[in-house]
Amino acid sequence: MTPPRKKKMNLKQRYALMTRGLDWETSYQKMDDVFPYDTFEGIKITDWSKWEDPFRLTMDAYWKYQGEKERKLYAVLDSFAQNNGQLGISDARYVNAIKLFLTGVTPLEYQAHRHFAHLGRHIRGVGPRVAAQMQSLDELRHAQTQIHTISHYNKYFDGFAEFPHMHDRVWYLSVPKSFFDDACSAGPFEFFTAISFAFEYVLTNLLFVPFMSGAAYNGDLATVTFGFSAQSDEARHMTLGIEVIKFMLEQHPDNLPIVQKWVDKWFWRGHKVLGLVAMMMDYMLPKRIMSWKEAWEIYFTQAGGALFEDLSRYGLRVPKYADIATEEAEHISHQNWAIFYQYTQAAGFHTWLPNDEEMGWLSEKYPNTFDKYYRPRFEMWREMEAKGERFYNNALPQLCQTCQIPMGYTEPGDPTKIGFRDSVYKGERYHFCSDGCKDIFDDEPEKFSQAWLPVHQIFQGNCGGADLSDVLKWYHMDQGVDNMDYTGSPDQKQWDAWQAARKKVAG
Amino acid sequence: MSIDIKTMNVEPKRQTFAHVARRLGSDTTASRYEEGVYDLQATTHFHYRPIWGPEYWTFDEGRTAIKMKDWYVFKDPRQFYYGTYTVTRANMHQTTDRNFAFEEKRNMLANIDEAWREMIVRYLIPLRHYEWGANMNACAVSDAGYGTALTSAMIFTTGDRLGIAQILSRIGIALSEGDGELLDQAKQEWMEADAWQGVRKAIEDSLVVKDWFEVLLAQFLVMDGMVYPLVYNHFDTEGQKHGAASLSILCEFMVDWNTEHNRWVDAVVKAAVKESDENRALLSGWYGKWRDIMSEALQPQAAMVLGDGGEAVLNEVCEQLDARASKLGLTL
Repeated sequence: MTPPRKKKMNLKQRYALMTRGLDWETSYQKMDDVFPYDTFEGIKITDWSKWEDPFRLTMDAYWKYQGEKERKLYAVLDSFAQNNGQLGISDARYVNAIKLFLTGVTPLEYQAHRHFAHLGRHIRGVGPRVAAQMQSLDELRHAQTQIHTISHYNKYFDGFAEFPHMHDRVWYLSVPKSFFDDACSAGPFEFFTAISFAFEYVLTNLLFVPFMSGAAYNGDLATVTFGFSAQSDEARHMTLGIEVIKFMLEQHPDNLPIVQKWVDKWFWRGHKVLGLVAMMMDYMLPKRIMSWKEAWEIYFTQAGGALFEDLSRYGLRVPKYADIATEEAEHISHQNWAIFYQYTQAAGFHTWLPNDEEMGWLSEKYPNTFDKYYRPRFEMWREMEAKGERFYNNALPQLCQTCQIPMGYTEPGDPTKIGFRDSVYKGERYHFCSDGCKDIFDDEPEKFSQAWLPVHQIFQGNCGGADLSDVLKWYHMDQGVDNMDYTGSPDQKQWDAWQAARKKVAG
Repeated sequence: MSIDIKTMNVEPKRQTFAHVARRLGSDTTASRYEEGVYDLQATTHFHYRPIWGPEYWTFDEGRTAIKMKDWYVFKDPRQFYYGTYTVTRANMHQTTDRNFAFEEKRNMLANIDEAWREMIVRYLIPLRHYEWGANMNACAVSDAGYGTALTSAMIFTTGDRLGIAQILSRIGIALSEGDGELLDQAKQEWMEADAWQGVRKAIEDSLVVKDWFEVLLAQFLVMDGMVYPLVYNHFDTEGQKHGAASLSILCEFMVDWNTEHNRWVDAVVKAAVKESDENRALLSGWYGKWRDIMSEALQPQAAMVLGDGGEAVLNEVCEQLDARASKLGLTL
């Protein structure tokens, strides 16, 4: 028997039938009770069906592609472990970059899993809801594959073992944590704008490329394989980000000022968090890829410039203070590394001063600023080290109420003067590192006045005690092992022993 | 001849992460499940109260009345982390794809009696909306739940239920020989037919339940615990009498999935009940409430498909679920 002629459907029609048609208008419960969170922010959606699915991925295709990627990734991870891949990295100093990644970024991937589940349940339109569900799965993937990738390093190096405990407590980790808490405690459309658009679309290359290229340049085969494997997920997430923004702007003209305010806020929040990546790129990679300034030029000034030109037809403009952020790209990595150098006793990774060759590279990459403002400081600290008077800053720093970074940033236009801003809210004075951070606070003082500021908490006696050793114990930071300079650390001793043994084996 | 490969002896400093070692009782080799799940969720020092619901922190034990000393006793007997999950499902679905191709090539669905084809549109295809409700409930638990052990398993279930809804959609498309006509009919059944209103109401009511553990119990123990055996066992057996053996093959994914998923559901409910008498009382109360709702809601379904025998079959399904619930420690 010959089968009857089948009617042909194109992919879009088929996807619509398989997915979009699943939803229904509830009648036993009010739609507003089933979806209680997607209206209060003031974003007006007149027609959810106008949502264009950026990737028409059915679940079976998702399982197939993702399962295949997982098979390949874990094969590489197994082989990396079996062959002691950690011996092949450029230098053990490199490992500190992935310590920062595991303690600072991986827990955020988990938070993203949770909050995309929140959107995957609570956004009224079925198209974005399914996209959010898949991203929730992806983010869990990223958290777990990062842990599995770095698991092998944890067996041989210090500073990884307590990553979730540290993420909830350590002073500088409150910077990325509060960034994500800020997004998750916002409404669903602000979260989409913050994470899917500002972070995943506008700024993601500034996180992803430095870490993954850094891994590639420094012989970290495991992390670079993870990076390649995650790349196609990231492409989907970026596509979702741009679709969300266009959708909001196309749905109603009243959405524009709300979206613009969020874009301004989240650009600035992202810029400050990425200062940690800037420092990693310029100071922590034994083999450097490019400078932060160059990365900023390519991925924000050029790519972001083209993006905002494209979005100008909706009335959206370049984020407020983008010019200030671009000016800061000349300074931020140097200022951040200087903070960590001074507070190495309370850092969960090792620090060091750039050597001559590295300072030469920094002079070349930062002709306007490095020799003039930062080289003298590092050279002075080097002299102090040589005299056995290594400089430690034993005073706890004042933190910015918004970004939670120690207030060490300088004024726009004057790199010799520390910037201070403040606002009074309900009789209390709050401090900020910049106009960008002050504006964010002033717009939502009730929210940002709640921040769990690590330094305040230490002073209030909530972090294990008054002495550094008490606080380190409370952080689960092993004194003299996880913290302090690379030189003299157990990591260094072990690395040097491996190098010596390899020479012997090589004969 | 033995070859001596010269290697360097490189000794690890530790076998696993410190938080994992604390859970295992010592620093010993941990599985990828354990490293990928244990203590991944932040537990303290959240910065801001959610503006969409300031009564709780982002992750907050208070979002359910169930109390646990340790939320990581809810270990997944399947040991699913993302990698094992996706590979398992990809393999399962490969079989489903082959079955669809096999049947399409031989036009096997055409062997189903005409009257039974209509019955399939009335009893089976509308379940794609039931699955969508279950997808939302799984996602709600992944959102509001506490601890990675539960939230990771529930986002996997979220994907599963979307996948199953799409398999049902494919069956509907195959039955309508390539278009969505039968899907529209089935949606109308879901929205308007008397036989479906009890189930649709139960699903919609579950979507507004605030306590996520009640949602978990209602959807995955009670509703699924009745719908799956009734539909994929009893209704399917009835279908065999009407030439629908080909349909059974296309539903095999759901049968296998349900057997596997029940292992997880049972482990979770059992662990929560075992924790305290308060938990047992709460869970037993929810069980009784949703069992009564569902046993009534499914009566017209059973009667529609099985006729006079429907009532007895539904009773049998309920009794079996009660027996399962008792075994998990619930008080009936």
